[in-house]
Amino acid sequence: MTQLRVPAALVALAGLGLLFFLLPLAGLIVRAPWNQAAASIGSAETVTALELSFFCSVTATAIALVLGIPLALVLSRTSGTLRSVLRALTTLPMVLPPVVGGVALLLAFGRTGLVGSFLYQGFGIQIPFTTAAAVMAETFVAMPFLVIAVEGGMRSLDPRYEEAARALGARGWMVFARVTLPLLRPAISSGAVLCWARALGEFGATITFAGNFPGRTQTVPIAVYIALETHPDSAILLSLVLLAVSVAILVAMRDRWLGAP
Amino acid sequence: MTLNARIKIQRDGFELDVQLDVDEGETVAVLGPNGAGKTTLLRALSGLIPIVGRVELAGEVLEDSETRVRVPTERRHVGLVFQDHVLFPHLTVLDNIAFGLQAQHRADARHVARDWLQRAGLEDKATSMPRELSGGQAQRVALLRTLATEPRLLLLDEPLSALDVTIRAEVRRELSRQLASFRGVRLLVTHDPLEAIALADRIVVLERGHVVQSGTPEEVTARPRSRFVADLAGVNLLRGKAHGDHIKLANGASVAAPEAGEGDVFAVIHPRAVSLFLMRPEGTPRNVWQGETENVDLHGERVRVRVNGPVPLVAEVTPSAVRELHLHAGAPVWIAVKATEISVYPA
Repeated sequence: MTQLRVPAALVALAGLGLLFFLLPLAGLIVRAPWNQAAASIGSAETVTALELSFFCSVTATAIALVLGIPLALVLSRTSGTLRSVLRALTTLPMVLPPVVGGVALLLAFGRTGLVGSFLYQGFGIQIPFTTAAAVMAETFVAMPFLVIAVEGGMRSLDPRYEEAARALGARGWMVFARVTLPLLRPAISSGAVLCWARALGEFGATITFAGNFPGRTQTVPIAVYIALETHPDSAILLSLVLLAVSVAILVAMRDRWLGAP
Repeated sequence: MTLNARIKIQRDGFELDVQLDVDEGETVAVLGPNGAGKTTLLRALSGLIPIVGRVELAGEVLEDSETRVRVPTERRHVGLVFQDHVLFPHLTVLDNIAFGLQAQHRADARHVARDWLQRAGLEDKATSMPRELSGGQAQRVALLRTLATEPRLLLLDEPLSALDVTIRAEVRRELSRQLASFRGVRLLVTHDPLEAIALADRIVVLERGHVVQSGTPEEVTARPRSRFVADLAGVNLLRGKAHGDHIKLANGASVAAPEAGEGDVFAVIHPRAVSLFLMRPEGTPRNVWQGETENVDLHGERVRVRVNGPVPLVAEVTPSAVRELHLHAGAPVWIAVKATEISVYPA
């Protein structure tokens, strides 16, 4: 097959675009204080932030799996206006500025919030500015990625597998557990990875709803932002860690789930 | 055990309206062209789509739109075998067969599944994944998967049509054997007359959602009541109004046939009874028309020639006749049919 020749002007613009992506990354790598790398990444604060980030993002992904898969199932089985409304609601956090999401979470779960006041007055439970808040903020922002991926998987699933299972006498739960879920594994895997990556990088909603408390709510992205003022070198190194994780995800996704085109 | 079904389904301008009664020990084939509503009928009987009407199996009402009874698919004990097997791709052959038994909460599910595989001579495939099977093997496993649940009603959707012609005969033989030993009501749908004739005791011809004919394979092919069946049987089917010794077709042409009777009739003419000539033939035939060759189709030692004209017909001739008559698409030709070769029956 012959490929269409791309006009030179477009090639130049494409190169410019690529450069725009590459330069900041190059900046990170060039400016990184490599001689302090081990000490800085191994420092107590950094390790704490990394551990917290890992814990929060994995927990958020787990919650997203438990709630998001059923949500995707319901979405894929509805139609008409209801579907449009449900779909808009679930995808809203994807387009909403994260900081707005954080404010919204505060208004709902804050001490004087819709649900928060009830939790605080009734049980003395206070969510904002806790690790739970960080997890909630990340779940809020990242779950749509999982829902969208799984819903897409469900829509492209041949409905006859489920019909065959029912004709063989399987009730709803068995059909879901033994047929639907295993067949959705590729979609669930890629959705979970996207969701986890988004949760790991979450900043706006987390700092608004959970604040910046080292060891409790200070995840790596927040630590990077804070360190930029005081210890720019460690901010650069932490950024490199996040960059490495992102690249690793991209490579893994391409090889395992996205497949070569 | 019998199946009595009265099914009406209306959607997107398509209407299915079928009355179907099948006795135990009888295999009924619903035969019809694509789009006739065959698969819809099976899905309705399985409970996968709601109907207007009533489905009763072995005295139990599975569905009744009047009393709003609707037994869900998973509780109907209806076995549905899909056209292209639909084996679960993530389960081994053994687990595929055990699936339905596990749904019945049988502790010996895998043991029983293995027995079924063994009896079918497929035990060496137990741990294979469905994608590792040939088309014929996959379809046999799909059949075993359904039979293992011991359904009361077995529904087969074009069980052979997705298979290579080379293995079709083999799978058909096995299917025939399995059907014979199956205790329950057997119903298959197909667009392939060979499949229907080979497997069924009775054929129900479905066209555009309606039953146009029903009977033994011999009855159906001897007296086709639709162009679809006539084409299947390889005969010419005409429809018109009989007036004593001739039949008037819708396009005004007249066909001579002794004792045609009166009223709306079908007339069947076997292609071998249609003779072709270069010049207008003299002598006995009373049905002589001039036409134009539409196409020439080789079938082994015989050649089928479709001729357009006042009465479009297919003639079956020898290859040497094709050469002598210079037959090719567009060639003019004379057709003759002896009146006594035409069989007429009421429509």
